Formats: sequence, structure tokens, C-alpha cells
Amino acid sequence: MTQLRENLNAKTGDPILVMKDLGKSYQLGSHELKVLRNINLTILEGEYVAIMGPSGSGKSTLLNMIGCLDRPSTGDYFLGDQNVATLEDDDLSRIRGERIGFVFQSFNLIQQLNVVENIEIPMYYQGRAEHESKSRAIELATMVGLNERLDHRPFELSGGQQQRVAIARALSNDPLIILADEPTGNLDSSSGSDILEILDRLHSEGKTLIVVTHDEHIATKAQRVIRLFDGYIDKEEIKQR
Amino acid sequence: MFAFRLKRTIKLGVKSLWMHRLRSILTALGMIFGVSSVIAMLAIGEGASQDAQDKIALLGSNNIIVKTVKPTEDQSSMGQQQTLQEYGLTYDDAERFRNAIPDVQIIVPNRRLLQQAAYRRRRISIEVIGTVPWFPEISPVKLKYGRFLSGTDMHYKQGVCVIDEKVVKDLFAFDDPLGQDVKIQGDYYRVVGISSEQSATPDSAAMQKDKAKNKKGGANAGGVYIPLTTVKNRFGEMTMQISAGSGRTMERVELQEIIVQVNELEQLLDTRQSVQTLLARFHKKTDYEIIVPYELMRQAKDFQRIFTIVLGSIAAISLLVGGIGIMNIMMATVSERTREIGIRRALGAKKRDIVIQFLSETLLLTLSGGLLGIVLGVGIPFAVTRFGQTRTIITPESLILAFGISVAVGITFGLYPAYRAANMDPIESLRHE
Repeated sequence: MTQLRENLNAKTGDPILVMKDLGKSYQLGSHELKVLRNINLTILEGEYVAIMGPSGSGKSTLLNMIGCLDRPSTGDYFLGDQNVATLEDDDLSRIRGERIGFVFQSFNLIQQLNVVENIEIPMYYQGRAEHESKSRAIELATMVGLNERLDHRPFELSGGQQQRVAIARALSNDPLIILADEPTGNLDSSSGSDILEILDRLHSEGKTLIVVTHDEHIATKAQRVIRLFDGYIDKEEIKQR
Repeated sequence: MFAFRLKRTIKLGVKSLWMHRLRSILTALGMIFGVSSVIAMLAIGEGASQDAQDKIALLGSNNIIVKTVKPTEDQSSMGQQQTLQEYGLTYDDAERFRNAIPDVQIIVPNRRLLQQAAYRRRRISIEVIGTVPWFPEISPVKLKYGRFLSGTDMHYKQGVCVIDEKVVKDLFAFDDPLGQDVKIQGDYYRVVGISSEQSATPDSAAMQKDKAKNKKGGANAGGVYIPLTTVKNRFGEMTMQISAGSGRTMERVELQEIIVQVNELEQLLDTRQSVQTLLARFHKKTDYEIIVPYELMRQAKDFQRIFTIVLGSIAAISLLVGGIGIMNIMMATVSERTREIGIRRALGAKKRDIVIQFLSETLLLTLSGGLLGIVLGVGIPFAVTRFGQTRTIITPESLILAFGISVAVGITFGLYPAYRAANMDPIESLRHE
């Protein structure tokens, strides 16, 4: 741990994500398919981590584990001070809303809601008051440069603008981790650069970022790159920025 | 907190439904027609029943009405051709009721004849009712102007009459009828009073047939009340009918009707039995019919209960069909919005939140359908009354029932799609295209 902290020259804090011997397998008839094996991973507060690997390496499954969308078959997973590996469905929902901010490749905005309402969703499920969540949503929309588009619905926005709404939404409950899955995968290079800039800015403000990607360019922005292969952590690279 | 979440949930539900407004409207139509048919059918049923009960009540719940009925051919001819037929109620019957039945309060003997009445150049069909001065005490007919027949009129067999408002309208138009003379079968009768229209009495089938045969009058002819003694004196008791098959037939009927009123409702059935026994003893043929309005009212209430059950069942089936339609659409909606469900679950929605969201959408559909159904359901009876001249009654219970049904349909048919939505795997849902 001290070694890891010493190797990172950016401002990083205590561990906020710890996975110990984590494994995930699916039963397919009589055959057990092991998707993740012996994952031991620690991510510090304020770190920018890229998870890479070829198709079928277990990237998406690891993302689902980190995002508390799925439970591990074996091992422990501590998010903050809580072991979330054994939590019930409702508790996992609460943890997701409180501690994880998702940014998806295909934006995943709700079509019938406008920009502000989309950003408000995680706050709504955390039971925050309407006036509070609305002013916070406007503040976040302004932060990502969408203050002129507050009443627009997703289909009235470009891909880059939609992804900015998704980032604002991910920040709404001030989560421990921003978890981005191929955030520039559906964007042209210019919009993609804008999004990476925003992610960079968030990191420099002290946010913890975990990005799952195929894109080596994104990986160059991260402090640490974790490479998966066949369900294992194949390699970890810590970069000097 | 709860109010805030409820408000947001409703707002979101409205937005989601508005996104597919045509589909939402078509889905709600099932509820609209279901609820409106419940209200309209109950209102029409209630109105018809109340109408029947009111008409029966006007006959007097304490009354026993005995009517003359023409006996069947077998009974009247006794196997041989007769030229004079004598049948029906007699003055002796009225006297016997008075003397032999202790609970009887009032007895009214009546004669009814279909005649033509003339005033100046106008001529109309009327029903002459030969009656006694105390007739208004047991009848719904109310005196409007002038006076009713008096004991003196009876005693001196005066040529006076009381006419009802229908006769006033048909015969006198704009003239004041009081003090005028009306000509009936060659005799003049001075109008001394005007009464309200007579209510339709439940005539026996035989009498209705007689009325139908006699083109001079009918069930809806106006009534002219003349002292019973005058009628007996001037019209006699004989009527002559000429038919192609049997030639001339003479009929002798003393009274068409005797109304017996008892003091207390409890005495009604015993008195009816006494009347029956007396008539059976003195009449060889069954030339009478006993009508007890109270029993008719009970029958009408029983009929209304069955009618309500039948109509309610039809309406319930239509609501069931509407409910299944809503469930079908909600299942399609859930399937269509799988990705949205995944997004919401990823962003912190618990299963309960998803259930509430979809259930609230179903409830919004059914409640808005239910409210519009209530508006339409109130409108239909109004139109039926306005254009169909049929009485309808909308009871508050039927509105509450219809609203309650729409809530129940919403919950019943909304729960399954909502639970299905909530139990979707968030990962699978997020992958859904």
C-alpha cells in the first residue's frame, strides 16, 4: 500500500476500494465458467485508474462488481469502510446511489426527461428535497457547460453534450468513485477530447476515477493502468504524470 | 419527504404517459367505457326501479285494489252460448267488505267507462270514473281547483263532474273549464273541480285487452269523475258488444273496482285473505283480481336487485376487459423501457422505487380513465332522461363504486407488470437495446 502511494506522485489519499481474492463465476449447466479469478485490487482516494484488456478478459464483469451491480462469487469487496460483497439488493441500490457515479458509453439518459431532470435522478432516489436537487442539478449542468440547455431533452443534444449530462449526473451525489465505461466510445474525436478534459479536471479536483476502456489514448491520461487477461489482473502499470 | 416523492412520481408518470399519448388515451378508453357503463347502467336501473316503485306507491301502500276481470270463455259460457254475460264486482261485495272485515278503514267502489266527451266543437276520448266523494282520500289524484264530488251530488245524482288536467288541456285549451258543461253520451255535466292527472294503475291483462278493443278510449285517456249514483242512473250497467263470430253480446258489470284501505300495514295480508275468502264464497267464477301495491313494490325491489346484479356483472366484465388491456399495455411498456429500468437501478433506485413508478403510471391511467368515465357516465343518464324520456337516478354510491373499481383495477392489473419491471436484472437491463 505504502509502495503504491509512493509510486503515485499525484495527490492520493486512503484506500477507498479494496478487493481481496475476488472471483466471479457462472454456472452453465454442469460447467462452471470463471469470469474473474483472484482479483486483488486497491484504489486510493483521488486516483485515476484505467482498466484495459481484450474482449472476454472480464472488464465488464469487474466494472459491474466495482459498480455494485453484481455480487462476487468469492472474496471480499470493501467500498469505503463497508464490505459490499454480502449486501442485500436494497442496500446495494443505496450504495450505488451514494458512492458510485456511472458514466456509460451510450450515455444512458432517460429520453422523456430534460437535462436538469436527468441530472436529478440519483438525488431523487437518495431522497433529497426537490429545490435542493434542482439547484444542484443546475449548478452541475453549468459546470459541464450546458447552462443554455437546461430544458432540452436528450434527443435535442449532441453526443458530446449528452455525455456531459451523464457526467453531471454521475457527480450529483458527490460519489466516492466516478466509474466510466468507454466514455468516449460513441463520440467523435473532438467531443471525446472535451469529455477527457472534463474527466481530467475532475481528477485534478480530487475525484477518484475508474475508466474501463480499449482506448490507449485514455490510458495515457490515467495514473495507473490495470490490464486484465482471461479474468486475471495480468499487469499493473503506474505512470508518472 | 413522502409528499415530495409522491409529487415527483406523479410528475414522472404523467411525462412517461404523455410520451406515448395516443397509446395512453387508447388504453384509458377501456376504463372510460367500463366506468361510464357501470354508472349509466346503475343509473338507468335505479331510475326504472324507482319509477316503478313510485307508481306503485301512488296506488297506496295500505290499499288493496280489487278489479273486475272478464272471466275466460269456458267459465263465462259454461259450455253454452249466452247473450247476456253478468260478471264482476257488485255493490253487495263492497257492502260485504265493509261489514265483514274489521280492519277496513275506507272502501271506494268505482265504475270505469270509456266514453267520448264534447265541449263546443271539440270531442275527445275520456274515461268516466263513477266514484264516491271520499275517493281523493285514498287516491293519488289531488284536487287542484274547485271542489270534489260531494255527498249531496251523490244523493241527488247530480250531473256534475271533476275533470283532470289532461281533459282540461285536450278539451278546453285556453277556456276556464270551471262552471262549463261537458257533454258525455247525450247528457251534460257541469265541471265543479279540476284534479291532477290519474296515475296509470296496473290494470289486469283482460282489462287492457278491453281497452285496446275499444277505440274510443285508452289507458292514457283523461279522467272525468262523476258521482257513482249518477253513473249508475245515466249509463246503466249494461254494455253491448257486436262481434262477427258470436253476434250481439250484452254485458252487465256493476263495479270495475273496489279499493279497500287498511289502518296498519300489518293488517294488509290478513285483510287480503279476508277479501279473497269473501269473493271466493260469493263469486262462482273468477271474475275479479286482487292487487296489493305493497306486494308489487316488494316484487319491484326484488326485480331491481336482480336487474342491478345483471347490469353490474355486464359492466364488471367490461371493466375486466379494460383492466386486461391496461395490463397488456403496461407489460409492453415495461419491456420497451427495460433500459430505463436498468439506468434507474444503476443510479440508486430500489426495487420498491421501480414498483411504485410503474404502479403509479397504471394508476394514473386507470384513475384518469375512471374520472373521465364518471363524467361520461353522468352524461349518459342525463342524455337518456333528456332524449329518451326515461327516468334515471345517479346515486353517490355508484360514483364511489366506479371510482373504487378504477383504483382496484389499476392496482390489480398494474402490480404484475410493476413487479416484473422491479425484478429485472440491472446488468441485463442496461445491455437491452
